[in-house]
Amino acid sequence: MSCLPIELPQPGDSSTPSLSTRGFIHSTETCGTVDGPGLRYVLFLHGCPLHCLYCHNPDTQGRPCGSTRTAGEALTEILRYRNFIRKGGLTVSGGEPLMQPAFVHALLAGAKAEGIHTALDTSGFLGSQASDELLSNVDLVLLDIKSWDPKTYKKATGTRIEPTIAFARRLEALQKPVWIRFVLVPGLTDADENIDGLAEFVSSLSNVERVEILPFHKMGENKYEAAGLPYQLALTPGASDDQVEHAREIFARYGIDAL
Amino acid sequence: MSSLINPSPLQENASVSPESSPWRGFQTGTWTESIDVRDFIQRNYSPYTGGDSFLVGPSERTERLWETLKGLLAKEREAGGVLDADTKLVGRVASHGPGYIDKSLEQIVGVQTDAPLKRALLPYGGLRIAMKALQAHGREMDPETVQNFLAHRKTHNDGVFDGYTDDVRKARSAGIVTGLPDGYGRGRIIGDYRRVALYGVDRLIEDKKAQIAEGEKEQFSEDWIREREEMSDQIRALKDLKKMAKAYGFDISGPARNGKEAVQWTYFGYLGAVKEQNGAAMSFGRTATFFDIYFERDIAEGTLNEEAVQEIIDHLVMKMRIVRFIRTEDYDALFSGDPTWVTESIGGMGEDGRPLVTKSSFRVLHTLFNLGPAPEPNLTILWSEQLPQGFKDFCAKVSIETSSIQYENDDLMRPYWGDDYGIACCVSAMRIGKQMQFFGARANLAKALLYSINGGRDELSGEQITEPFEAFTGDYLEYDELMERFDKMMDWLAHTYVKALNIIHYMHDKYCPEHLMMALHDKVILRTLACGIAGLSVATDSLSAVKHAKVKVIRNEDGLVIDYAIEGDYPAYGNNDPKADTIATGLVERFMDKLRQQPTYRNAVPTQSVLTITSNVVYGKKTGNTPDGRKTGEPFAPGANPMHGRDRHGAVASMASVAKLPYEHSQDGISYTFSIVPKALGRTGEERIENLCELLDGYFREQGHHINVNVFERETLLDAVEHPEKYPQLTVRVSGYAVNFIRLTREQQMDVIERTFHSKF
Repeated sequence: MSCLPIELPQPGDSSTPSLSTRGFIHSTETCGTVDGPGLRYVLFLHGCPLHCLYCHNPDTQGRPCGSTRTAGEALTEILRYRNFIRKGGLTVSGGEPLMQPAFVHALLAGAKAEGIHTALDTSGFLGSQASDELLSNVDLVLLDIKSWDPKTYKKATGTRIEPTIAFARRLEALQKPVWIRFVLVPGLTDADENIDGLAEFVSSLSNVERVEILPFHKMGENKYEAAGLPYQLALTPGASDDQVEHAREIFARYGIDAL
Repeated sequence: MSSLINPSPLQENASVSPESSPWRGFQTGTWTESIDVRDFIQRNYSPYTGGDSFLVGPSERTERLWETLKGLLAKEREAGGVLDADTKLVGRVASHGPGYIDKSLEQIVGVQTDAPLKRALLPYGGLRIAMKALQAHGREMDPETVQNFLAHRKTHNDGVFDGYTDDVRKARSAGIVTGLPDGYGRGRIIGDYRRVALYGVDRLIEDKKAQIAEGEKEQFSEDWIREREEMSDQIRALKDLKKMAKAYGFDISGPARNGKEAVQWTYFGYLGAVKEQNGAAMSFGRTATFFDIYFERDIAEGTLNEEAVQEIIDHLVMKMRIVRFIRTEDYDALFSGDPTWVTESIGGMGEDGRPLVTKSSFRVLHTLFNLGPAPEPNLTILWSEQLPQGFKDFCAKVSIETSSIQYENDDLMRPYWGDDYGIACCVSAMRIGKQMQFFGARANLAKALLYSINGGRDELSGEQITEPFEAFTGDYLEYDELMERFDKMMDWLAHTYVKALNIIHYMHDKYCPEHLMMALHDKVILRTLACGIAGLSVATDSLSAVKHAKVKVIRNEDGLVIDYAIEGDYPAYGNNDPKADTIATGLVERFMDKLRQQPTYRNAVPTQSVLTITSNVVYGKKTGNTPDGRKTGEPFAPGANPMHGRDRHGAVASMASVAKLPYEHSQDGISYTFSIVPKALGRTGEERIENLCELLDGYFREQGHHINVNVFERETLLDAVEHPEKYPQLTVRVSGYAVNFIRLTREQQMDVIERTFHSKF
């Protein structure tokens, strides 16, 4: 096993995509139905600067690690599913894909060239790593805004919210279609003010096509056990239908019909 | 070609029939001159490309009738599965007087005996087996009937055992071939029941008579005299059919005059078949679009409205839901849940590019809402990428809400079978009225692999089953050497297996013939010998382990290899990984080639299926440890499914692997069962429909052949295991058919829950 030798994302100009760029890949899901429109091939990349308490892939946190593939190899594999993803497409997720912008850029450019719809699932924390040219190969950004209140954001993710906000504004300036995603964690992210602030911000963006409230679930718990990591949300219940409905009502105040 | 006889609907001016004619308003064509239902359909049907908004709910009569029937079905369950059974009167087409659920409510009439859910006595397949089936349900066959059979009538089963050779008997008892139709009706024949409605029985009799006359001058051969005798028997069966209908107050000698009659006539044809034969699968054909022509005419004439049409369909489907046969315990273990495979094929595209979807295609599916989910009829969508979107969406909706339907690739099958084929049983396509099959159950490929290691000794009993082969003597299995052994074992297996099938079908034709069903076929038909394999994924993964990892054999003190130690990882079938998948495709082709080399009874063309029904559980029980790491007794994956838990890249990768299995070498069908929780299909109802359509389109574009789709929460099934009374209609798709979940054995229920789900999201 090898890891990227640096804590920070790989440097270098992500505007020169090469299919020989290697990426650290965590796993793939060939039947993705909840990460963007239609049926999607979802590529989960290794490495993430956030440490979300509720992360359901905790083994992707930290710097990119594990087995690598070139963007070309990954693309060849994706193209084998062409017949299934005609109406859907490719979603690059993680981890945080923008930990590996050169790889992501090369892969997305390759997919676009093949006529495949592309989505980038990101927290936005490393939005600055995505060049305009990289983004020009993205049809849809799934922007996960983990919280609005900076303190809550910090508590939930271990990082700051500002880069995400800046990225959201930049995506608006580029008029890049965005789906906002927000994970509702009882006792952590479900304070009314937190949701209200997020809803207000989202309503100020002109490029948001959809808002998804993702109820917290504990599907990731066994992965913590397997990785020998402490699971801080062991006592937190999953978000109930009522709690989700309440969050939707808050979004509705700002004219947003959240899913 | 036969001459026209009276009463003839055809007048001198062929394009216009008088108002009183049964064929009024129909476009004439070849079908008016000779028996050709397809031509009738093509000239007269109206494709429907819209959505489901025209559909209507159940009529009051329907609701009342269904309530009555549900009461009977509950009683049947309480009685342990069989409500009543005839123990004396042997079932024939016209053996019983009429029977009703509630005569005042039924729009379509006819049951198999003189009461609904009373099972017929059908001992021609095997007297002892019929006795055992009754005993399994606490009954004894009438001693006089037993005596009469013993004294005067040999059965199919007697004949088969006269013919069986020693190697066949051994293979059978070791479980390397299982489920052979040597003691029950073979089924998987579809009479073209529509002919009864379109032409009336008299015309069909005249047609058979003309065929007999045509052959008068032919030279003697055994085939010739057999055919002459068969056709005469078929005419008798047709006459009996008229008699049976008469008992219900219908004269079916002439063509049906309206939609309700068309459905009733067609159903009578089918009813005659299931009164005469207890075939494993007694399929219905492809009738919805045929019926639709009559309904459209009735609606245009103002004699029926949508409510009335739906009522007729609902009542037909209620009848299809209560077809029953009485079975032995062994049989129930193999094919659990009391299936009858009243398969109705719906949709598909015409050769001229028009969809064969009509409003009645929707109406038949709509019965799953009007009457609730049910395993029968086995509703089968012939899926094409070109089907109208409205129909695709409706199918997906029905799947998501009822888990009661299956899909097969029309774009793949149409070039082989044209556009008027139907599915018999689970996955077997055949041109309706022009083709039949000799059903052949299946051979256990995984066990054959173990035999090739142990020189033909059974890994569980140690007994020598095959002629002795040289056993493997080393410690580590080596791929090329193992394949060489396996190849020889497959030669032996194909030879023994087809020999058994030839004996079976020779005797079945002789002692348990399907006179009525064959009366509704052309004279010249294509016969296939439908062989099958079980354990494909186990054999594939075992070979992949040997090829890509290291597999050490473990012997007992007797020198028999009884277990395997795998060192390292191996690519498993189900991950769209060519390293494993090419082994699977290679096995399918290789075994098929061996089947092709065997001589067959009546020159039947050998075909093959990758299908297990629920026998994957029984096969697993009878098979020892395998080199893929599967333990003794553990179930095989159903049909062509990858082994559970070894597909690690999601459902689509798994589908893509299955889709690679070559239909060319598996023309009797390749069954795949797919279960998913609703959330994993998408966030909203609309998205789930859209995504399911796309999954189906993708799978079929990849040349996948068949797929069962189940959509429900795991918790629902677990609750149903504990509280069956709460889920009388819960239906799940297993390999190739649907089953009432609560009628499965607990073991099979757990198999469904644990082995087919895709819940990742």
